[in-house]
Amino acid sequence: MMALGLIGLIVFFVYPLVANLYYSFTNFDLVSAPTWIGLKNYEFLFSKDSRVVHAALNTLWFVIILVPVRLAASLGIALLLVRRRRAAGLWRTLFYLPALVPPVASVVAFVFLLNPGTGPINTILRRFGINGPLWFNDPHLSKPSLLILGVWMMGDIMVIFLAALLDVPRDQYEASALDGANAGRQFLHVTLPNISPVIMFSAVTGVIAALQYFTEAAVASGVANGKTGIGSSPDQLLGYPDDSLLTFTQWMYVEGFTSFQMGYAAAMAVILFIVAAAVMAVLLRRLGLFTGRAES
Amino acid sequence: MTTRRIMVWIAEHAVLVALGVMFLIPVIFVLLTSFMGSGQTLTGALWPHPWDVSNYAKAFSTAPLGRWFGNSFMYAGLATLFMLVSSVPMAYVLAKVRFRFDNVIFFAVIVAMLLPPQVTQVPMYVMWSRLGLTGTLWPVILPNLFGHAFSIFLLRQFFVSLPSEYVEAARIDGNGDWGILARIVVPMAKPGIAAAAIFTFFQAWNDYYGPLLYASENKANWPVAYGLASFHGSHSTDWGVIMAVTTLATLPVVVVFFFAQRTFVEGITLTGVKG
Repeated sequence: MMALGLIGLIVFFVYPLVANLYYSFTNFDLVSAPTWIGLKNYEFLFSKDSRVVHAALNTLWFVIILVPVRLAASLGIALLLVRRRRAAGLWRTLFYLPALVPPVASVVAFVFLLNPGTGPINTILRRFGINGPLWFNDPHLSKPSLLILGVWMMGDIMVIFLAALLDVPRDQYEASALDGANAGRQFLHVTLPNISPVIMFSAVTGVIAALQYFTEAAVASGVANGKTGIGSSPDQLLGYPDDSLLTFTQWMYVEGFTSFQMGYAAAMAVILFIVAAAVMAVLLRRLGLFTGRAES
Repeated sequence: MTTRRIMVWIAEHAVLVALGVMFLIPVIFVLLTSFMGSGQTLTGALWPHPWDVSNYAKAFSTAPLGRWFGNSFMYAGLATLFMLVSSVPMAYVLAKVRFRFDNVIFFAVIVAMLLPPQVTQVPMYVMWSRLGLTGTLWPVILPNLFGHAFSIFLLRQFFVSLPSEYVEAARIDGNGDWGILARIVVPMAKPGIAAAAIFTFFQAWNDYYGPLLYASENKANWPVAYGLASFHGSHSTDWGVIMAVTTLATLPVVVVFFFAQRTFVEGITLTGVKG
């Protein structure tokens, strides 16, 4: 019964992980056979490639800003929704819906909404006499613009938090109310301890998602630039404006699949693997999977 | 006490309504702009005057949009079908059958689910290009026939929560594992299976990275999400038309959601809380 799945795990997961490690020690362009060059790829990565450092720092921005802001926004809205009795489903759907929109469509929509010339947001600001910023066309505001988009799309985390909040036993609130705890204390001593496993799970999966942040940044660069899609000359298009949206995985894409420096891209994948595995270990340890207690 | 409660009620609803409006604004402006003629979108107008539905027709004539929609339905449909064939039996075994190394395999599924796809990208690309399948969507469709890690995880969590007594009773009645799966587990786990199917369908429908990697050189094989990303600039500079395409690309997902809302929300909850 597991035949297909086991073949999949070996052919599409274990084998490519091992093969990737091998490729990372080679010079490989897909056409001719890979040639062993030892640690040269890693040497270049850590000492000579200034764009990879820049890309990694951009990715780091999404990890340390986007992830916590999204978690806080999701929790805040979930806390507002958990108390609703009337029209609870309607509110939930309203805040969840943006998470459903295909990411590419959301990015295209936001680049339009925030486009400096004819975008509705700057048009409205102009009516109040405010000269709106350049948003996705300003290297200092392109990442914060994606942050706004990221908060808008937080619905899936919000639904998970909402379910966790509804699961907190009512009698714990009643007991702490009898002890004279106010709303703030109740949140700290009853709500947070009860939902902390769910926050942890969302934080870890959020960080791993941020480490591979690609689609939103790539599409925002392409659409804001207004040039042809990124198939044409990715080197110049990715990261627009001014490399401010060039993330680690985009640089890996450029090196590996447009310049066909596949050995170098494999080395970048190894670095990504090490970082993601370290983050993941935090979660798996918590779930007890390292000690063999794998029950749900 | 009661006045205080009313004040809190008013404050909370004021915040909710304000946030609700902010969350709706993007959707409203996208829809309004999709009904504006090209003369209007250039002026920064906020309300269509007159309402113009021609953008939706124009979208189909400026790009092979019908073909892209067909590709999206093929990609998402086959990926979902293949996922069900491979992942439902595997999830059943992981949930209800005890055997040596079952923990190791479940651990591998979780790791495969969590790790970024980029960590295996280079060898995978080499493999698909050796098979001559780059330029098509098969490299993102076929792997689903060999297990979809996230779906296996989701289904396994769902199957675990089914009472084992039914499984044992069916076994005593002489059913093998396939019989138990078909007669007991699948009928009881329909909501979970539906949730996994919807997730897989949406993930495929929304996918941008996969088609970029494997099919970007071949415009005839683009799915609509990928085509939409390159619409501005290469097909049109008219925001009215672009917003019409944006609306059309989103529509199928929203329709599926409203038909399966309960299943969907339960599915998300299951992935996050049980974790």
